[in-house]
Amino acid sequence: MSVVEIVPGPKPSIWQRPWVAPLIVFVAVVGLWEALVLIFQPPVFLLPPPSLIWQSLAGQFGALMSYGFNTFLEAVGGFVIGCSLGLVVAMFVARSPRLSELLLPFAVASNSVPIVAMAPIAIVWFGIGPGSKIAIVAVMCFFPTMVSAVRGLTAASPDAIALMRSYAATDWQIFSKLRVPTSLPFVFNAFKICTAVSMIGAIVAEFFGGAVNYLGIYIKTQASILKTPDAWAAILVACFYGLFFYFVIALLERWLMPWRRMP
Amino acid sequence: MAESTPIIAVDKVSKIYGNANASTVALKDVSLSIAKGEFVSLVGPSGCGKSTLLRLIADLDKATQGTLLVNGHAPDVARKNREYGFVFQAPTLYDWRTVERNAELPLEVMGRAKADWKPRVDKMLAMVGLRDFHDHYPWQLSGGMQQRASIARALSFDPAILLMDEPFGALDEFTRERMNMELLDIWQTTHKTILFVTHSISEAVFLSSRIVVMTPRPGRIATVVDIDLPYPRTFETRESPRFFELMTVVRETLKEEFVGHE
Ligand SMILES: Nc1ncnc2c1ncn2[C@@H]1O[C@H](COP(=O)(O)OP(=O)(O)OP(=O)(O)O)[C@@H](O)[C@H]1O
Ligand SMILES: [Mg+2]
Repeated sequence: MSVVEIVPGPKPSIWQRPWVAPLIVFVAVVGLWEALVLIFQPPVFLLPPPSLIWQSLAGQFGALMSYGFNTFLEAVGGFVIGCSLGLVVAMFVARSPRLSELLLPFAVASNSVPIVAMAPIAIVWFGIGPGSKIAIVAVMCFFPTMVSAVRGLTAASPDAIALMRSYAATDWQIFSKLRVPTSLPFVFNAFKICTAVSMIGAIVAEFFGGAVNYLGIYIKTQASILKTPDAWAAILVACFYGLFFYFVIALLERWLMPWRRMP
Repeated sequence: MAESTPIIAVDKVSKIYGNANASTVALKDVSLSIAKGEFVSLVGPSGCGKSTLLRLIADLDKATQGTLLVNGHAPDVARKNREYGFVFQAPTLYDWRTVERNAELPLEVMGRAKADWKPRVDKMLAMVGLRDFHDHYPWQLSGGMQQRASIARALSFDPAILLMDEPFGALDEFTRERMNMELLDIWQTTHKTILFVTHSISEAVFLSSRIVVMTPRPGRIATVVDIDLPYPRTFETRESPRFFELMTVVRETLKEEFVGHE
Protein backbone atom coordinates (compact mmCIF):
# COMPACT_ATOMS: atom_id res chain seq x y z
CA MET A 1 0.00 0.00 0.00
CA SER A 2 1.34 3.43 -0.76
CA VAL A 3 0.34 6.94 0.12
CA VAL A 4 -1.61 8.61 -2.64
CA GLU A 5 0.31 11.48 -4.19
CA ILE A 6 -1.68 14.66 -4.22
CA VAL A 7 -1.14 16.06 -7.69
CA PRO A 8 -1.71 19.81 -7.84
CA GLY A 9 -4.51 20.46 -10.30
CA PRO A 10 -4.53 23.38 -12.75
CA LYS A 11 -4.15 26.65 -10.88
CA PRO A 12 -7.63 28.09 -10.25
CA SER A 13 -8.20 31.36 -12.03
CA ILE A 14 -8.16 34.55 -9.97
CA TRP A 15 -11.98 34.74 -10.12
CA GLN A 16 -12.21 31.60 -8.01
CA ARG A 17 -10.25 32.97 -5.06
CA PRO A 18 -12.45 33.21 -1.95
CA TRP A 19 -11.84 36.93 -1.42
CA VAL A 20 -12.68 38.02 -4.95
CA ALA A 21 -16.48 37.96 -4.71
CA PRO A 22 -16.68 39.94 -1.41
CA LEU A 23 -14.23 42.48 -2.85
CA ILE A 24 -16.39 42.99 -5.94
CA VAL A 25 -19.49 43.43 -3.79
CA PHE A 26 -17.65 45.95 -1.59
CA VAL A 27 -16.43 48.01 -4.54
CA ALA A 28 -19.89 47.93 -6.13
CA VAL A 29 -21.63 49.10 -2.93
CA VAL A 30 -19.12 51.93 -2.37
CA GLY A 31 -19.41 52.98 -6.03
CA LEU A 32 -23.21 52.96 -5.91
CA TRP A 33 -23.19 54.93 -2.66
CA GLU A 34 -20.88 57.60 -4.16
CA ALA A 35 -23.01 57.79 -7.33
CA LEU A 36 -26.30 58.13 -5.43
CA VAL A 37 -24.88 60.89 -3.24
CA LEU A 38 -23.63 62.72 -6.36
CA ILE A 39 -27.04 62.43 -8.03
CA PHE A 40 -29.35 63.24 -5.10
CA GLN A 41 -27.05 65.61 -3.18
CA PRO A 42 -28.36 64.89 0.36
CA PRO A 43 -26.97 67.09 3.17
CA VAL A 44 -23.47 65.87 4.10
CA PHE A 45 -24.38 65.20 7.73
CA LEU A 46 -27.17 62.83 6.67
CA LEU A 47 -25.17 60.73 4.24
CA PRO A 48 -21.61 61.74 3.43
CA PRO A 49 -20.12 60.27 0.23
CA PRO A 50 -17.45 57.56 0.70
CA SER A 51 -14.82 59.93 -0.70
CA LEU A 52 -15.43 62.38 2.14
CA ILE A 53 -15.29 59.59 4.75
CA TRP A 54 -12.01 58.50 3.21
CA GLN A 55 -10.63 62.07 3.46
CA SER A 56 -11.62 62.24 7.11
CA LEU A 57 -10.00 58.86 7.77
CA ALA A 58 -6.78 59.79 5.99
CA GLY A 59 -6.62 63.21 7.68
CA GLN A 60 -6.60 61.84 11.24
CA PHE A 61 -5.57 58.26 10.69
CA GLY A 62 -3.01 58.13 13.51
CA ALA A 63 -5.39 59.59 16.09
CA LEU A 64 -8.28 57.34 15.07
CA MET A 65 -6.12 54.23 15.17
CA SER A 66 -4.88 55.13 18.65
CA TYR A 67 -8.47 55.76 19.89
CA GLY A 68 -9.40 52.47 18.29
CA PHE A 69 -6.54 50.74 20.05
CA ASN A 70 -7.70 52.06 23.44
CA THR A 71 -11.18 50.72 22.80
CA PHE A 72 -9.74 47.48 21.44
CA LEU A 73 -7.80 46.99 24.70
CA GLU A 74 -11.06 47.33 26.67
CA ALA A 75 -12.66 44.77 24.37
CA VAL A 76 -9.74 42.35 24.76
CA GLY A 77 -9.68 42.83 28.52
CA GLY A 78 -13.38 42.12 28.84
CA PHE A 79 -13.10 39.21 26.41
CA VAL A 80 -10.28 37.57 28.36
CA ILE A 81 -12.01 38.01 31.72
CA GLY A 82 -15.49 37.02 30.49
CA CYS A 83 -14.35 34.03 28.42
CA SER A 84 -12.02 32.70 31.13
CA LEU A 85 -14.73 32.92 33.76
CA GLY A 86 -17.14 31.29 31.33
CA LEU A 87 -14.74 28.38 30.81
CA VAL A 88 -14.03 27.93 34.51
CA VAL A 89 -17.71 27.97 35.47
CA ALA A 90 -18.50 25.60 32.57
CA MET A 91 -15.98 23.08 33.90
CA PHE A 92 -17.82 22.93 37.21
CA VAL A 93 -21.31 22.99 35.73
CA ALA A 94 -20.50 20.30 33.13
CA ARG A 95 -19.49 17.90 35.90
CA SER A 96 -23.06 17.64 37.08
CA PRO A 97 -25.83 16.97 34.56
CA ARG A 98 -28.41 18.17 37.06
CA LEU A 99 -26.64 21.48 37.59
CA SER A 100 -26.35 21.95 33.79
CA GLU A 101 -30.06 21.33 33.38
CA LEU A 102 -30.79 23.84 36.12
CA LEU A 103 -28.46 26.63 34.96
CA LEU A 104 -28.36 26.38 31.17
CA PRO A 105 -31.86 27.75 30.47
CA PHE A 106 -30.96 30.89 32.43
CA ALA A 107 -27.66 31.27 30.64
CA VAL A 108 -29.35 30.81 27.26
CA ALA A 109 -32.09 33.27 28.19
CA SER A 110 -29.45 35.86 29.12
CA ASN A 111 -28.64 36.04 25.39
CA SER A 112 -31.79 38.07 24.92
CA VAL A 113 -31.04 40.39 27.86
CA PRO A 114 -29.63 43.70 26.56
CA ILE A 115 -26.57 43.68 28.78
CA VAL A 116 -25.17 46.94 27.31
CA ALA A 117 -28.23 48.65 28.77
CA MET A 118 -26.56 48.10 32.13
CA ALA A 119 -23.63 50.32 31.12
CA PRO A 120 -24.86 53.31 33.22
CA ILE A 121 -25.04 51.02 36.25
CA ALA A 122 -21.58 49.65 35.46
CA ILE A 123 -20.30 53.24 35.47
CA VAL A 124 -21.77 53.69 38.96
CA TRP A 125 -20.04 50.51 40.12
CA PHE A 126 -16.72 50.63 38.29
CA GLY A 127 -16.22 54.32 37.50
CA ILE A 128 -16.26 56.31 34.28
CA GLY A 129 -12.90 54.85 33.11
CA PRO A 130 -12.17 51.63 31.18
CA GLY A 131 -13.18 49.48 34.18
CA SER A 132 -16.91 49.87 33.53
CA LYS A 133 -16.48 49.04 29.81
CA ILE A 134 -14.37 45.97 30.57
CA ALA A 135 -17.01 44.84 33.05
CA ILE A 136 -19.82 45.15 30.47
CA VAL A 137 -17.80 43.29 27.82
CA ALA A 138 -16.89 40.58 30.33
CA VAL A 139 -20.55 39.97 31.19
CA MET A 140 -21.47 39.94 27.50
CA CYS A 141 -18.78 37.32 26.74
CA PHE A 142 -19.39 35.20 29.82
CA PHE A 143 -22.75 33.66 28.94
CA PRO A 144 -22.22 32.53 25.35
CA THR A 145 -18.82 31.07 26.28
CA MET A 146 -20.22 29.23 29.28
CA VAL A 147 -23.18 27.81 27.37
CA SER A 148 -21.03 26.59 24.46
CA ALA A 149 -18.36 25.18 26.75
CA VAL A 150 -20.91 23.20 28.78
CA ARG A 151 -22.40 21.85 25.55
CA GLY A 152 -18.93 20.96 24.26
CA LEU A 153 -17.74 19.36 27.48
CA THR A 154 -20.81 17.11 27.52
CA ALA A 155 -20.79 16.35 23.79
CA ALA A 156 -18.54 13.28 23.82
CA SER A 157 -20.41 10.25 22.45
CA PRO A 158 -21.31 7.38 24.81
CA ASP A 159 -18.99 5.06 22.87
CA ALA A 160 -16.09 7.52 23.07
CA ILE A 161 -16.56 7.56 26.85
CA ALA A 162 -17.00 3.77 27.01
CA LEU A 163 -13.67 3.41 25.21
CA MET A 164 -11.93 5.43 27.94
CA ARG A 165 -13.75 3.43 30.61
CA SER A 166 -12.57 0.19 29.01
CA TYR A 167 -9.01 1.42 29.65
CA ALA A 168 -9.95 2.20 33.25
CA ALA A 169 -9.11 5.85 32.59
CA THR A 170 -9.29 8.27 35.52
CA ASP A 171 -11.86 11.07 35.52
CA TRP A 172 -9.05 13.51 34.87
CA GLN A 173 -7.88 11.52 31.84
CA ILE A 174 -11.42 11.39 30.44
CA PHE A 175 -11.65 15.13 30.96
CA SER A 176 -8.30 16.10 29.48
CA LYS A 177 -7.97 13.54 26.69
CA LEU A 178 -11.61 13.34 25.60
CA ARG A 179 -13.93 16.05 26.91
CA VAL A 180 -11.64 19.02 26.37
CA PRO A 181 -10.70 18.16 22.76
CA THR A 182 -14.37 17.41 22.01
CA SER A 183 -15.34 20.83 23.36
CA LEU A 184 -12.79 22.86 21.36
CA PRO A 185 -14.93 23.44 18.23
CA PHE A 186 -17.85 24.56 20.45
CA VAL A 187 -15.62 26.85 22.50
CA PHE A 188 -14.01 28.46 19.48
CA ASN A 189 -17.39 29.13 17.89
CA ALA A 190 -18.28 31.03 21.06
CA PHE A 191 -14.92 32.85 21.06
CA LYS A 192 -15.48 34.01 17.48
CA ILE A 193 -18.93 35.34 18.33
CA CYS A 194 -17.43 37.05 21.40
CA THR A 195 -14.83 38.94 19.33
CA ALA A 196 -17.66 40.85 17.63
CA VAL A 197 -19.68 41.10 20.83
CA SER A 198 -16.75 42.59 22.74
CA MET A 199 -16.02 45.40 20.23
CA ILE A 200 -19.73 46.26 20.12
CA GLY A 201 -19.97 46.12 23.92
CA ALA A 202 -16.95 48.36 24.45
CA ILE A 203 -18.07 51.01 21.95
CA VAL A 204 -21.69 51.13 23.08
CA ALA A 205 -20.63 51.23 26.74
CA GLU A 206 -18.47 54.27 25.88
CA PHE A 207 -21.55 56.10 24.54
CA PHE A 208 -22.59 56.46 28.19
CA GLY A 209 -19.47 58.42 29.06
CA GLY A 210 -15.71 58.23 29.34
CA ALA A 211 -12.48 59.88 28.18
CA VAL A 212 -12.22 61.52 24.73
CA ASN A 213 -9.49 59.28 23.33
CA TYR A 214 -11.80 56.28 22.89
CA LEU A 215 -13.69 55.36 19.74
CA GLY A 216 -17.20 55.30 21.23
CA ILE A 217 -16.87 58.75 22.76
CA TYR A 218 -15.38 60.10 19.54
CA ILE A 219 -18.23 58.71 17.41
CA LYS A 220 -20.81 60.12 19.79
CA THR A 221 -19.21 63.58 19.99
CA GLN A 222 -18.59 64.03 16.25
CA ALA A 223 -22.12 62.84 15.39
CA SER A 224 -23.67 65.21 17.91
CA ILE A 225 -21.92 68.20 16.26
CA LEU A 226 -22.99 66.84 12.85
CA LYS A 227 -19.43 65.98 11.76
CA THR A 228 -20.72 62.67 10.48
CA PRO A 229 -17.84 61.90 8.06
CA ASP A 230 -15.59 61.72 11.16
CA ALA A 231 -18.06 59.36 12.87
CA TRP A 232 -18.16 57.14 9.80
CA ALA A 233 -14.36 57.08 9.64
CA ALA A 234 -14.26 56.00 13.29
CA ILE A 235 -16.78 53.25 12.54
CA LEU A 236 -14.44 51.99 9.80
CA VAL A 237 -11.61 51.87 12.33
CA ALA A 238 -13.87 49.92 14.71
CA CYS A 239 -14.58 47.45 11.88
CA PHE A 240 -10.86 47.05 11.30
CA TYR A 241 -10.14 46.20 14.95
CA GLY A 242 -13.16 43.87 15.09
CA LEU A 243 -12.00 41.95 12.02
CA PHE A 244 -8.44 41.87 13.29
CA PHE A 245 -9.64 40.37 16.60
CA TYR A 246 -11.71 37.78 14.73
CA PHE A 247 -8.79 36.69 12.56
CA VAL A 248 -6.45 36.37 15.53
CA ILE A 249 -8.93 33.98 17.18
CA ALA A 250 -9.53 32.13 13.90
CA LEU A 251 -5.77 31.65 13.51
CA LEU A 252 -5.51 30.38 17.07
CA GLU A 253 -8.30 27.94 16.27
CA ARG A 254 -6.50 26.62 13.19
CA TRP A 255 -3.32 26.23 15.18
CA LEU A 256 -4.99 24.43 18.10
CA MET A 257 -7.16 22.20 15.91
CA PRO A 258 -4.96 20.99 13.07
CA TRP A 259 -7.26 18.00 12.51
CA ARG A 260 -9.98 20.29 11.23
CA ARG A 261 -7.81 21.62 8.41
CA MET A 262 -9.41 20.46 5.20
CA PRO A 263 -7.16 20.12 2.15
CA MET B 1 -10.64 -27.35 27.48
CA ALA B 2 -13.66 -26.36 29.53
CA GLU B 3 -12.36 -28.31 32.55
CA SER B 4 -10.06 -25.57 33.88
CA THR B 5 -11.59 -22.58 35.66
CA PRO B 6 -13.20 -20.39 33.02
CA ILE B 7 -11.65 -17.02 32.21
CA ILE B 8 -15.14 -15.67 31.42
CA ALA B 9 -18.08 -17.04 33.37
CA VAL B 10 -21.61 -15.80 32.69
CA ASP B 11 -24.22 -17.26 35.01
CA LYS B 12 -27.99 -16.79 34.47
CA VAL B 13 -27.52 -13.23 33.36
CA SER B 14 -30.46 -11.07 32.33
CA LYS B 15 -30.41 -7.52 31.09
CA ILE B 16 -33.48 -5.33 30.86
CA TYR B 17 -33.17 -1.90 29.30
CA GLY B 18 -35.56 0.94 30.01
CA ASN B 19 -38.09 1.51 32.77
CA ALA B 20 -41.33 -0.17 33.84
CA ASN B 21 -43.38 1.45 31.03
CA ALA B 22 -41.09 0.76 28.13
CA SER B 23 -38.61 -2.02 28.70
CA THR B 24 -36.63 -4.31 26.41
CA VAL B 25 -35.43 -7.67 27.62
CA ALA B 26 -32.09 -7.67 25.85
CA LEU B 27 -30.80 -10.86 27.54
CA LYS B 28 -32.65 -13.54 29.46
CA ASP B 29 -30.97 -16.22 31.60
CA VAL B 30 -27.80 -16.38 29.57
CA SER B 31 -25.12 -18.73 30.88
CA LEU B 32 -21.81 -19.19 29.14
CA SER B 33 -18.40 -20.30 30.22
CA ILE B 34 -15.26 -19.62 28.23
CA ALA B 35 -11.93 -21.25 29.00
CA LYS B 36 -8.60 -19.47 28.74
CA GLY B 37 -7.31 -19.56 25.17
CA GLU B 38 -10.65 -20.22 23.51
CA PHE B 39 -11.88 -18.44 20.41
CA VAL B 40 -15.64 -18.11 20.82
CA SER B 41 -17.94 -16.43 18.33
CA LEU B 42 -21.42 -15.07 18.99
CA VAL B 43 -23.78 -15.24 16.03
CA GLY B 44 -27.45 -14.40 15.79
CA PRO B 45 -29.89 -12.04 14.16
CA SER B 46 -29.74 -8.30 14.77
CA GLY B 47 -31.02 -7.29 18.19
CA CYS B 48 -30.49 -10.64 19.91
CA GLY B 49 -28.19 -9.08 22.52
CA LYS B 50 -24.69 -9.85 21.26
CA SER B 51 -23.38 -6.35 21.87
CA THR B 52 -25.20 -6.25 25.19
CA LEU B 53 -23.49 -9.43 26.37
CA LEU B 54 -20.08 -8.03 25.41
CA ARG B 55 -20.81 -4.77 27.21
CA LEU B 56 -21.85 -6.60 30.39
CA ILE B 57 -18.65 -8.64 30.38
CA ALA B 58 -16.68 -5.42 29.84
CA ASP B 59 -18.49 -3.61 32.69
CA LEU B 60 -19.70 -0.94 30.28
CA ASP B 61 -23.23 -1.82 31.39
CA LYS B 62 -24.56 -3.53 34.53
CA ALA B 63 -26.47 -6.81 34.41
CA THR B 64 -30.02 -6.67 35.79
CA GLN B 65 -29.70 -10.20 37.17
CA GLY B 66 -27.11 -12.93 37.42
CA THR B 67 -23.38 -12.93 37.94
CA LEU B 68 -20.40 -12.45 35.68
CA LEU B 69 -16.79 -13.30 36.42
CA VAL B 70 -13.85 -12.20 34.30
CA ASN B 71 -10.58 -13.88 35.20
CA GLY B 72 -12.14 -14.68 38.57
CA HIS B 73 -13.14 -11.08 39.31
CA ALA B 74 -16.34 -9.09 39.11
CA PRO B 75 -16.48 -7.15 35.81
CA ASP B 76 -15.71 -3.78 37.42
CA VAL B 77 -12.57 -5.16 39.04
CA ALA B 78 -11.53 -6.85 35.81
CA ARG B 79 -12.02 -3.59 33.95
CA LYS B 80 -9.86 -1.73 36.45
CA ASN B 81 -7.24 -4.48 36.10
CA ARG B 82 -7.31 -3.85 32.34
CA GLU B 83 -7.94 -7.52 31.60
CA TYR B 84 -9.55 -6.97 28.21
CA GLY B 85 -9.41 -4.94 25.01
CA PHE B 86 -12.68 -3.92 23.40
CA VAL B 87 -13.32 -3.36 19.70
CA PHE B 88 -16.56 -1.45 19.29
CA GLN B 89 -19.07 -2.03 16.52
CA ALA B 90 -18.33 1.55 15.32
CA PRO B 91 -14.64 2.56 14.95
CA THR B 92 -14.85 5.22 17.71
CA LEU B 93 -11.61 6.92 16.76
CA TYR B 94 -10.85 10.33 18.25
CA ASP B 95 -11.06 12.97 15.50
CA TRP B 96 -8.23 15.04 16.92
CA ARG B 97 -5.69 12.24 16.93
CA THR B 98 -3.85 10.82 13.96
CA VAL B 99 -4.09 7.08 13.31
CA GLU B 100 -0.85 6.59 15.22
CA ARG B 101 -1.93 8.73 18.17
CA ASN B 102 -5.26 6.90 18.28
CA ALA B 103 -3.49 3.56 18.46
CA GLU B 104 -1.28 4.93 21.25
CA LEU B 105 -4.25 6.02 23.35
CA PRO B 106 -4.50 2.91 25.57
CA LEU B 107 -0.74 2.89 26.17
CA GLU B 108 -0.89 6.58 27.11
CA VAL B 109 -3.89 6.18 29.42
CA MET B 110 -2.39 3.11 31.08
CA GLY B 111 0.88 4.91 31.69
CA ARG B 112 3.07 2.45 29.77
CA ALA B 113 6.69 3.49 29.22
CA LYS B 114 6.81 5.99 26.38
CA ALA B 115 9.69 4.18 24.71
CA ASP B 116 7.42 1.17 24.11
CA TRP B 117 4.67 3.10 22.36
CA LYS B 118 6.20 3.46 18.93
CA PRO B 119 7.44 -0.13 18.39
CA ARG B 120 4.10 -1.57 19.57
CA VAL B 121 1.99 0.81 17.51
CA ASP B 122 4.16 0.48 14.39
CA LYS B 123 3.85 -3.28 14.55
CA MET B 124 0.07 -3.20 14.90
CA LEU B 125 -0.39 -0.59 12.17
CA ALA B 126 1.75 -2.69 9.83
CA MET B 127 -0.38 -5.70 10.66
CA VAL B 128 -3.64 -3.95 9.78
CA GLY B 129 -2.01 -2.42 6.69
CA LEU B 130 -2.09 1.19 7.82
CA ARG B 131 1.59 1.97 8.26
CA ASP B 132 1.60 4.49 5.43
CA PHE B 133 -1.40 6.23 6.94
CA HIS B 134 0.00 6.64 10.46
CA ASP B 135 -0.13 10.45 10.28
CA HIS B 136 -3.60 10.68 8.73
CA TYR B 137 -6.62 11.89 10.65
CA PRO B 138 -9.72 9.64 10.89
CA TRP B 139 -11.71 11.76 8.41
CA GLN B 140 -9.04 11.02 5.82
CA LEU B 141 -9.68 7.26 6.06
CA SER B 142 -12.36 5.04 4.55
CA GLY B 143 -14.78 3.22 6.86
CA GLY B 144 -12.84 -0.03 6.58
CA MET B 145 -9.54 1.73 7.29
CA GLN B 146 -11.05 3.37 10.36
CA GLN B 147 -12.18 -0.01 11.63
CA ARG B 148 -8.69 -1.45 11.07
CA ALA B 149 -7.20 1.49 12.98
CA SER B 150 -9.51 0.69 15.89
CA ILE B 151 -8.34 -2.95 15.82
CA ALA B 152 -4.71 -1.81 15.93
CA ARG B 153 -5.64 0.34 18.93
CA ALA B 154 -7.25 -2.60 20.79
CA LEU B 155 -4.24 -4.83 20.15
CA SER B 156 -1.62 -2.20 20.96
CA PHE B 157 -1.60 -2.91 24.70
CA ASP B 158 -1.66 -6.69 24.30
CA PRO B 159 -4.67 -7.53 26.51
CA ALA B 160 -5.19 -11.17 27.56
CA ILE B 161 -8.86 -11.05 26.55
CA LEU B 162 -10.23 -9.50 23.38
CA LEU B 163 -13.92 -8.58 23.15
CA MET B 164 -14.61 -7.80 19.50
CA ASP B 165 -17.99 -6.54 18.29
CA GLU B 166 -18.22 -7.14 14.54
CA PRO B 167 -14.68 -5.88 14.01
CA PHE B 168 -14.53 -6.84 10.34
CA GLY B 169 -18.09 -5.92 9.43
CA ALA B 170 -17.04 -2.91 7.36
CA LEU B 171 -14.29 -4.69 5.40
CA ASP B 172 -14.31 -6.12 1.90
CA GLU B 173 -14.03 -9.90 1.47
CA PHE B 174 -10.29 -9.91 0.69
CA THR B 175 -9.23 -7.66 3.53
CA ARG B 176 -11.54 -9.52 5.83
CA GLU B 177 -9.97 -12.90 5.03
CA ARG B 178 -6.51 -11.44 5.45
CA MET B 179 -7.49 -9.91 8.81
CA ASN B 180 -8.96 -13.30 9.83
CA MET B 181 -5.56 -14.93 9.25
CA GLU B 182 -3.75 -12.17 11.14
CA LEU B 183 -6.14 -12.45 14.07
CA LEU B 184 -5.74 -16.24 14.24
CA ASP B 185 -1.99 -15.77 14.15
CA ILE B 186 -2.06 -13.27 17.03
CA TRP B 187 -4.45 -15.47 18.97
CA GLN B 188 -2.18 -18.50 18.66
CA THR B 189 1.13 -16.79 19.29
CA THR B 190 -0.07 -14.74 22.28
CA HIS B 191 -2.57 -17.27 23.72
CA LYS B 192 -5.35 -14.73 24.02
CA THR B 193 -8.96 -15.51 24.76
CA ILE B 194 -11.23 -14.01 22.13
CA LEU B 195 -14.97 -13.39 22.24
CA PHE B 196 -15.99 -12.36 18.77
CA VAL B 197 -19.33 -11.11 17.38
CA THR B 198 -20.02 -11.57 13.69
CA HIS B 199 -22.89 -11.74 11.22
CA SER B 200 -20.88 -13.94 8.90
CA ILE B 201 -21.34 -17.67 9.45
CA SER B 202 -18.30 -18.54 7.35
CA GLU B 203 -16.13 -16.14 9.34
CA ALA B 204 -17.39 -17.63 12.61
CA VAL B 205 -16.72 -21.19 11.47
CA PHE B 206 -13.30 -20.32 10.10
CA LEU B 207 -12.09 -18.56 13.25
CA SER B 208 -13.75 -20.17 16.22
CA SER B 209 -13.24 -23.13 18.46
CA ARG B 210 -16.87 -22.71 19.53
CA ILE B 211 -19.84 -20.85 18.12
CA VAL B 212 -22.62 -19.58 20.37
CA VAL B 213 -25.89 -19.20 18.46
CA MET B 214 -28.27 -16.65 19.97
CA THR B 215 -31.94 -15.84 19.32
CA PRO B 216 -33.79 -12.57 19.89
CA ARG B 217 -36.76 -11.37 21.95
CA PRO B 218 -35.64 -12.12 24.57
CA GLY B 219 -31.95 -12.64 23.80
CA ARG B 220 -31.05 -16.23 24.72
CA ILE B 221 -28.43 -18.79 23.83
CA ALA B 222 -30.00 -21.33 21.45
CA THR B 223 -27.11 -23.73 20.90
CA VAL B 224 -23.39 -23.98 21.13
CA VAL B 225 -21.62 -25.59 18.18
CA ASP B 226 -18.12 -27.01 18.67
CA ILE B 227 -15.91 -26.36 15.67
CA ASP B 228 -13.54 -29.31 15.36
CA LEU B 229 -11.53 -28.03 12.40
CA PRO B 230 -7.83 -28.36 13.25
CA TYR B 231 -5.63 -25.31 13.85
CA PRO B 232 -3.68 -23.70 12.27
CA ARG B 233 -6.40 -22.94 9.80
CA THR B 234 -5.42 -22.04 6.28
CA PHE B 235 -7.03 -21.07 3.02
CA GLU B 236 -7.55 -24.79 2.38
CA THR B 237 -9.67 -24.97 5.55
CA ARG B 238 -12.31 -22.90 3.80
CA GLU B 239 -12.51 -25.48 1.05
CA SER B 240 -12.67 -28.61 3.21
CA PRO B 241 -15.93 -30.60 3.30
CA ARG B 242 -16.04 -30.36 7.11
CA PHE B 243 -16.02 -26.55 6.85
CA PHE B 244 -19.15 -26.66 4.71
CA GLU B 245 -20.79 -29.23 6.99
CA LEU B 246 -20.24 -27.00 10.00
CA MET B 247 -21.51 -23.94 8.16
CA THR B 248 -24.67 -25.86 7.33
CA VAL B 249 -25.09 -26.92 10.95
CA VAL B 250 -24.84 -23.33 12.17
CA ARG B 251 -27.09 -22.03 9.43
CA GLU B 252 -29.74 -24.67 10.09
CA THR B 253 -29.69 -23.96 13.82
CA LEU B 254 -30.14 -20.27 13.19
CA LYS B 255 -32.99 -20.87 10.77
CA GLU B 256 -34.73 -23.39 13.05
CA GLU B 257 -34.49 -21.15 16.09
CA PHE B 258 -35.64 -18.15 14.19
CA VAL B 259 -38.59 -19.86 12.55
CA GLY B 260 -39.47 -21.75 15.74
CA HIS B 261 -39.54 -18.50 17.64
CA GLU B 262 -41.69 -16.38 15.35
N1 LIG C 1 -28.88 1.47 25.60
C1 LIG C 1 -30.00 0.78 25.29
N2 LIG C 1 -31.21 1.21 25.70
C2 LIG C 1 -32.33 0.53 25.40
N3 LIG C 1 -32.36 -0.59 24.70
C3 LIG C 1 -31.20 -1.08 24.25
C4 LIG C 1 -29.95 -0.42 24.50
N4 LIG C 1 -28.96 -1.14 23.93
C5 LIG C 1 -29.56 -2.18 23.34
N5 LIG C 1 -30.90 -2.17 23.53
C6 LIG C 1 -31.85 -3.17 23.05
O1 LIG C 1 -31.37 -4.45 23.43
C7 LIG C 1 -31.53 -5.37 22.38
C8 LIG C 1 -30.21 -6.02 22.07
O2 LIG C 1 -29.35 -5.05 21.52
P1 LIG C 1 -27.86 -5.38 21.08
O3 LIG C 1 -27.24 -4.12 20.65
O4 LIG C 1 -27.20 -6.14 22.15
O5 LIG C 1 -28.12 -6.33 19.81
P2 LIG C 1 -27.06 -6.99 18.82
O6 LIG C 1 -27.26 -8.47 18.90
O7 LIG C 1 -25.71 -6.48 19.09
O8 LIG C 1 -27.58 -6.47 17.41
P3 LIG C 1 -26.72 -6.10 16.11
O9 LIG C 1 -26.34 -7.39 15.48
O10 LIG C 1 -27.72 -5.34 15.28
O11 LIG C 1 -25.57 -5.28 16.54
C9 LIG C 1 -32.16 -4.61 21.22
O12 LIG C 1 -33.54 -4.94 21.18
C10 LIG C 1 -31.95 -3.18 21.55
O13 LIG C 1 -33.07 -2.43 21.11
MG1 LIG D 1 -24.37 -5.24 18.11
